[in-house]
Amino acid sequence: MGAGTTKSYVNPNEAELIRRVNSGDKDAFYALVQPYERAVYTAAMSILNNQADAEEVSQEAVLKAFSNLSKFRGESKFSTWLVSITINEARLKLRKDRRHLYESVDEPKSDGDGDYIPKDFADWHEVPSEALARTELRDALKRALAALPPKYREVLVLRDIQHFSIEETAQALGISAGNVKTRLLRARLQMRDALAPGFDGSWVSGKQEYEKVRPW
Amino acid sequence: MSVIDISCIEVWREISNYVDNDVDAELRARLEAHFKVCAHCKAVVDGTRNVVRLIGDGVEYSVPEGFGKRLYSKIKNI
Repeated sequence: MGAGTTKSYVNPNEAELIRRVNSGDKDAFYALVQPYERAVYTAAMSILNNQADAEEVSQEAVLKAFSNLSKFRGESKFSTWLVSITINEARLKLRKDRRHLYESVDEPKSDGDGDYIPKDFADWHEVPSEALARTELRDALKRALAALPPKYREVLVLRDIQHFSIEETAQALGISAGNVKTRLLRARLQMRDALAPGFDGSWVSGKQEYEKVRPW
Repeated sequence: MSVIDISCIEVWREISNYVDNDVDAELRARLEAHFKVCAHCKAVVDGTRNVVRLIGDGVEYSVPEGFGKRLYSKIKNI
């Protein structure tokens, strides 16, 4: 595919920085990646869930992006490309560290093809922005996110924290748009199951148990 | 206009797309008709929408202190 016939997703400022890096200017490379430091770190955290590992992987990913920059063809945004390298590095690290475990971080046989059935139907009375002021909610949010399987967490982080589009998420993760949607659905419903019961009155009234409503 | 009924299971499959505004007009009408009569699905969609908002506003992995500096020195030493 000739580069001239493909739409470039790279903005002119970044294209200029890339040109300078490719002619040996390392400072230009820092200027290129600096705006995405947080995005890189967040992508690494979404998979590794550990600060030190996420920083190590972020650095490795950035160095890898440097040595592969001449291969970047502008077929995605530069940020998407950088995040996809980070995701790959993070997955490699997770695989290396968990080799002794049975749990596979590779693609599962099915992608949770079965339907996700919500675990309860707690009604959510509070407005999120008001609720966010409370530490207990922020902690619950972090715990629920940490408890998600990595393949759901990475999609949720890219879509709902980093606000990547479905297409960008698919590019960064190397999966289809359909897979992104399926995983996103699961991730969001699992998060709701983890958080909604607290909004059904128990956090407000201090009740330990909320009333579960199950039709079966 | 009358809309074709939709089951709860089908609704749950589309909840995330609905929240993202990624459903066609016909499906949207069927889902919204269902939410009017099914409190459970209404609770699920409201909760899902809240989760998306909360995550967007409330979750942030703070970059460790000195992260940028360390990254910069890695790049300088390439």
